[in-house]
Amino acid sequence: MARNTESNLYTILFTTGMVVIVGALLAFLASSLKGKITENKRIEKQQNILYAMGVNENDETSVVFVSKDKVASEFSTYITKQVVITGTDVVEDDMAYLIDLKKETAAAKNENYQRRLPLFMGMKDNIQYYIIPVRGKGLWDAIWGYVAVDNQLVVQGVFFDHAGETPGLGSNIKERFFMDDFKGEHFLDGDLFKGISVSKGNSDPKNLDKNDFEVDAIAGSTITGDGLAAMLRKDLKMYLPYLKTLKQ
Amino acid sequence: MGLLSKKDLKLITDPLADNNPITIQVLGICSALAITAELKASIVMSVAVLFVMGLGNLTISLMRNIIPSKIRIIAQLIVVATLVIIVDLVLKAFAYELSKTLSVFVGLIITNCIIMGRFEAFALANGPLRSFIDGIGNALGYALILIIVGFFRELLGSGSLLGFKVLGDSIEKTGVYAYGYENNGFMLLAPMALITVGIIIWVQRSRNEALIEEN
Repeated sequence: MARNTESNLYTILFTTGMVVIVGALLAFLASSLKGKITENKRIEKQQNILYAMGVNENDETSVVFVSKDKVASEFSTYITKQVVITGTDVVEDDMAYLIDLKKETAAAKNENYQRRLPLFMGMKDNIQYYIIPVRGKGLWDAIWGYVAVDNQLVVQGVFFDHAGETPGLGSNIKERFFMDDFKGEHFLDGDLFKGISVSKGNSDPKNLDKNDFEVDAIAGSTITGDGLAAMLRKDLKMYLPYLKTLKQ
Repeated sequence: MGLLSKKDLKLITDPLADNNPITIQVLGICSALAITAELKASIVMSVAVLFVMGLGNLTISLMRNIIPSKIRIIAQLIVVATLVIIVDLVLKAFAYELSKTLSVFVGLIITNCIIMGRFEAFALANGPLRSFIDGIGNALGYALILIIVGFFRELLGSGSLLGFKVLGDSIEKTGVYAYGYENNGFMLLAPMALITVGIIIWVQRSRNEALIEEN
């Protein structure tokens, strides 16, 4: 071959060419698929919120969301009101579920910023649900979820998800055997805020004791579990002033 | 198989046994340890690697004459990363559920040393068709070990297979648990994957003495 692939000039040209081609390809693909991806994420959020308040198509053991084509109508049926809490102000906002918690957390590092807290209210079988979004850190990456409570602030359902927890271990926070344990748990002891811990040694694997502020941990995923408990403590506490006004 | 010559067929059968990427070449150990606590994760990872390996080997082989050898590793990395990101984007747009399952594996695939190893050892020196077959063969060899390890770790560690409680319920004490059997939680941790792989290597070498290195 006539071309000298070892010369410096060729190497630089090759690198530049490759980067330009790959960059253009990925940028094109990302921008042309962006609309679809955002839409999928929006639908997923609605499915997750509904899941937490018990609107889902679960069978015995697996997690089944309401289907994609039904989610919009179910969301408007069951979610009666969405509010944004800023300090003591509570404003109704139908787009509250699209608030990006990651951006809010980052912005809240600035002391002058009043953090916006979205809260979703749902009604199912004449029970009022308040669904609180939470977000925190697992072992490798972000974890997040939704906690549904009734007007006595007893947990009625949760949904957790993660960006990159260890498959088979930490990733099991989104499995039924873990999430279902949260049903009926309390995070308030009278007026005192306790949170819910993910405990390794509570000798209550069937999770019959609902007043111990603990759920049974997953073997092999201590740090994910601790991160999840810290997430619940931190985020539920932010809603506490408002939630307490509901408990009257 | 009329389509493949004997030599080509060997590219598939060799990595399954006597030249297995994990047990003989000892590549791809990191992911074999990390994600085999459950059979399902093993299978998902295997399918993803099969796809990336086949296409990656093909792409690198097509480019083999124009890549400057000084920067070949970087070029290989770019090819893998691009492939994986394209797959991830397309899945996110058209099969969102599946992409959620795969998201964790994306990083693991890019850094999987079997992929880089095959690019370096095979695709850079062979034609596209043979490279593609070699990629598929090695991915199958990798899959075989992952699935064996995943099978034993999930069975002994959680008492289930693909999430089904085949040994009975450990909390309600049904099935074998009624006789005092307990799950071995240690199987869920990475060290036991290493030991399981070790046992496979031991069995394999005791059956085929040609694999034992002379001192």
